[in-house]
Amino acid sequence: MAVIAGGRQATHPVTGALAGAARVLQRNLLVYRRTWRGSVFGSFLTPLLYLTAMGIGLGSLVARGGSTMLGGIDYLHFLGPGILASSCMQTASFESTYPIMGKIAWRKNYDAMLATPLQVHHLLIGELSWIGFRMTSMSTVFLIVLTGFGIPRSPMALLAIPFAVLTGLAFAAPIIAFAATRTNDSGFAALFRFVINPLFLFSGTFFPVSQLPAAVERVAAITPLYHGVALVRGAVLDSIPADWPLHLGYLLVFLGVTGYIAYRLLRRRLVK
Amino acid sequence: MPPGSEVLVRARGLTKRFGSFTAVNAVDFDVHVGEAFGFLGPNGAGKTSTMRMIACSSPVSDGELSVIGMDPRTDAPQIKARLGVVPQTDNLDAELTVLENLLMYARYFDLPMSVARPRAAELLEFMQLSERAGDQVEPLSGGMKRRLTIARALINEPELIILDEPTTGLDPQARHLLWERLYRLKQRGATLIITTHYMDEAEQLCDRLVVMDKALIVAAGTPRELIEQYATREVLELRVPEAFRAGMDGRLDGLAERIEELPDRYLLYAADGEHALEQVHAREIPIESALVRRATLEDVFLRLTGRSLVE
Repeated sequence: MAVIAGGRQATHPVTGALAGAARVLQRNLLVYRRTWRGSVFGSFLTPLLYLTAMGIGLGSLVARGGSTMLGGIDYLHFLGPGILASSCMQTASFESTYPIMGKIAWRKNYDAMLATPLQVHHLLIGELSWIGFRMTSMSTVFLIVLTGFGIPRSPMALLAIPFAVLTGLAFAAPIIAFAATRTNDSGFAALFRFVINPLFLFSGTFFPVSQLPAAVERVAAITPLYHGVALVRGAVLDSIPADWPLHLGYLLVFLGVTGYIAYRLLRRRLVK
Repeated sequence: MPPGSEVLVRARGLTKRFGSFTAVNAVDFDVHVGEAFGFLGPNGAGKTSTMRMIACSSPVSDGELSVIGMDPRTDAPQIKARLGVVPQTDNLDAELTVLENLLMYARYFDLPMSVARPRAAELLEFMQLSERAGDQVEPLSGGMKRRLTIARALINEPELIILDEPTTGLDPQARHLLWERLYRLKQRGATLIITTHYMDEAEQLCDRLVVMDKALIVAAGTPRELIEQYATREVLELRVPEAFRAGMDGRLDGLAERIEELPDRYLLYAADGEHALEQVHAREIPIESALVRRATLEDVFLRLTGRSLVE
């Protein structure tokens, strides 16, 4: 009675990290082909509404008060890139909560996927790629709109797209980690109410963080959105700050650390 | 005799712990190539945990496990590439159509579309789902979802198919159709591992089986062997009028190899049930009704795992 030897047939090669992630991305794109219309409002129209209401409506008042605080630029020009970065944060945050929770717990897609040669890191990298894709398309359209308003000052503005995507990913990773620890969705409403929305308001999107009390300013400076807004705004207005490596480095390290935590927590949740 | 002499899955002292709870306690078994191997047992006996370890979905806590000659601890992705897994609850992709579920799953196995498309069409045909290829998954009946889940598990032409309670919750028509399809898969040479708590399913499908109870394997063999060892060829079921039950003490003694007293009836395990019944009549025992039937795996199962409710 022989035990079958592993080498009896050609052993399947282990799926590479990128190839595996590409399958997960492909699955999400297949679904998106049918559902993209529904996401247009949230992804494109909402930021556009903010831009026109605040930038043009409120901006006309700001102009009268003098724009020295904004570095001598028009409020619409100040606001546009800020909205771009914070829209990415919001899209990335949403995509990292309910859809991920659904695949972990409600519809158990991940259980089905993990019964194949796919592994947990493929799932995580695939989902982050998908969220990156969503933000890239959103940022591109938004940048075209900003160009319609005459806001970008040079081709340097194209850098705003990767900067905005990186900003979003720096939210996606920790929020996926959070979702991996949840048994129901009650924490998500609190996350948006107490974290995402305050950041949207106080991380330099609508006014320079330097306007805040020093203590609050320091808190704002540890959030990824603050650094993202600095980079995106610098790219769009062709005035990338001298300390850009600090901002960029912060975002990359933040993404790396929270991405690893997300991997560990997803693994703990899915492989028992 | 097992259909093949090669061992496809071998477990020795296989153990699964969750914290201080032991779900599977040092079990040994061999699954041979080409056979249908069953895990029977009440809820919580450790069947699903054992299956999940074989499917490399759940890490082995202790002991040895070899699946298709490989070690799940180190070669899980390579093993999974050659397995088909049908989980207890369907986890189809509700955001995709029936056909897309198969095509996408094929991609997870890294199969090119040129291979996946004809194979998906063939599997939909085999599982009688061709007409629903373009439909969403959600409106499908329970039986259809189950068949689609099985079709999905076959997309990589697995050597070993693991089915966790494949027909739970299905109506009789759907169950019989599934049994027939599973039998055909076996005829084609696939090795099946099945958990079930339906004894008729085990008798229909399994060449060999083990009975699990409280994390242990308590019996192993072919359905016939188990019935011979733990039951008798026939069973006489006797109902005695309520009024006479108090006076029954000892009156059935010696009529059967084993007698079980239930709240509503007596079960007499005997090689010849009709002969036992004649003797019951000869002793002038008042009976309300009598039934002679063949012993089934259910008798074995209840004897081994007890009649108390597991919840």
